[in-house]
Amino acid sequence: MGTRYCQHICDESSPGIGEAGRTGEWRSSFPVLDQKKCLPARQNKPACFICWLYCPDAVISRTIPIQINLEYCKGCGICAQVCPAQAIAMVNEEEFSSEQDS
Amino acid sequence: MINKKIDRKTDIQILDGNHAAAQGAKLSRVQVIAAYPITPQTPVTETLSEFVEGGKLNAEYVAVEGEHSALAVCTSASMVGARTFTATSSHGLAYMHEMLHWAAGARLPVVLACVNRAIGAPWNILNDQQDSIAQRDTGWIQIYARNNQEILDSMIQAYKIAEAVYVPVMVCYDGYVLSHTEMPVDVPPQEDVDRFLPPYKPHTILDPANPKNYNLVTLANPRVNTEGVLCHGYMELRYLLQEALQHSRETIIRVGQEFGVQFGRSYSNMFWEDRLDDADIVIVATGSLALEATVATDTLREAGHKVGVLGLRVFRPFPKSDVVKALKKSRLILVFDKNISYGLEGATCSEIKSALYGNHLNAVVRNFIVGLGGRDVKARELADAVKRSLPLLQEGVLNTEYPEWMCDI
Repeated sequence: MGTRYCQHICDESSPGIGEAGRTGEWRSSFPVLDQKKCLPARQNKPACFICWLYCPDAVISRTIPIQINLEYCKGCGICAQVCPAQAIAMVNEEEFSSEQDS
Repeated sequence: MINKKIDRKTDIQILDGNHAAAQGAKLSRVQVIAAYPITPQTPVTETLSEFVEGGKLNAEYVAVEGEHSALAVCTSASMVGARTFTATSSHGLAYMHEMLHWAAGARLPVVLACVNRAIGAPWNILNDQQDSIAQRDTGWIQIYARNNQEILDSMIQAYKIAEAVYVPVMVCYDGYVLSHTEMPVDVPPQEDVDRFLPPYKPHTILDPANPKNYNLVTLANPRVNTEGVLCHGYMELRYLLQEALQHSRETIIRVGQEFGVQFGRSYSNMFWEDRLDDADIVIVATGSLALEATVATDTLREAGHKVGVLGLRVFRPFPKSDVVKALKKSRLILVFDKNISYGLEGATCSEIKSALYGNHLNAVVRNFIVGLGGRDVKARELADAVKRSLPLLQEGVLNTEYPEWMCDI
């Protein structure tokens, strides 16, 4: 068995990015951020960051401008719900890719 | 169990099975106890809480609201390096079912005393072995004691076995028949047990300076971790649990032999035998029922039948090849089960038949379901069942579709 080398007898891992796999693959819709509406980007200073606070997967950065890591974003849509400026829209992955194809 | 004389002052106490189990846990220096009282297990929890409150046992006694939590406490404490103990019966064990899987899957050497009791519906508090047999596929080692000395001895051995192979162990003994029946028990001195049983070394180390995840979502296939090492998928981990149980036979026997050297009572086999050497008729049973079968054997021997008894001590891992070796000379095998896998037969009978397959052992196998819900099993009834089965030897019918029930229907 090729995995004996890890020498674990139960599931064991060190905390790290991507320990549960690329969870972005689970997503059915993804967040699109409109920088023109986003408060930190508009004011060019640390403000709001409610999406960063609420994101359960910690894939939103506390930076100007805000960045969303789509490798691990599961597409729950909480950020879009909590954004007071309604700067985040959820876009359906399938519809988006079929539009891209056509 | 072979008794050998050893040079030390013996401390023979008159104990019921529950007190023998509690003494076994105390002598094993358990560090965390979490249990919820249920008949007929309750005196185990009462005795251990008295030990802790009275300062006789340096352990944390966690009073929980149910059995699921009891085993959750034990698995968590085991994970951070404590030797843990819980005890239960019947519905309590059924309520633990999920955590039984968790303890085995996480490879935590928890020890559990199961005081065998029937399970509802309808309500019944008396003895049979349906409760622990229903948990046989959870990945636990199962040891069945035939008397109170074996309960105490098995408790101490259970920790040594569990902590060597990292598989949890269930020590099972019959409710009331053993749990509430007093008999002389040799209680070994603490220093001897300390010599036999070293402190627990956990394989899971929780250290804030070096944080680890244990038993997170594990996908079906192996994957490379953040350090670039290929790690097990779910199926590889489950295979390792099976492998650990397959290999645990050697550990169980070695620990039983070491126990004999230290305490004078050797447990060098997965089962015990009574007059098997020349027997062509063999009674197979588990726990105290097998002891009753030896009384039946006395009368059958007097009548000229060559009868012996195979009393299964370890049910998981099931000692397939040992059983085949022991049953080699038998022409008629009578399996008495205090449990039933509904729609088929008693669990012991299925295991025996599966062990015999392909070994050119064309013995008649008969299965009897006995003693459910505390129904009394008399030695005379066992002997009658053997006599009733003798004509089958001439008929050459090796197997029957369903077992015979020893009740009034």
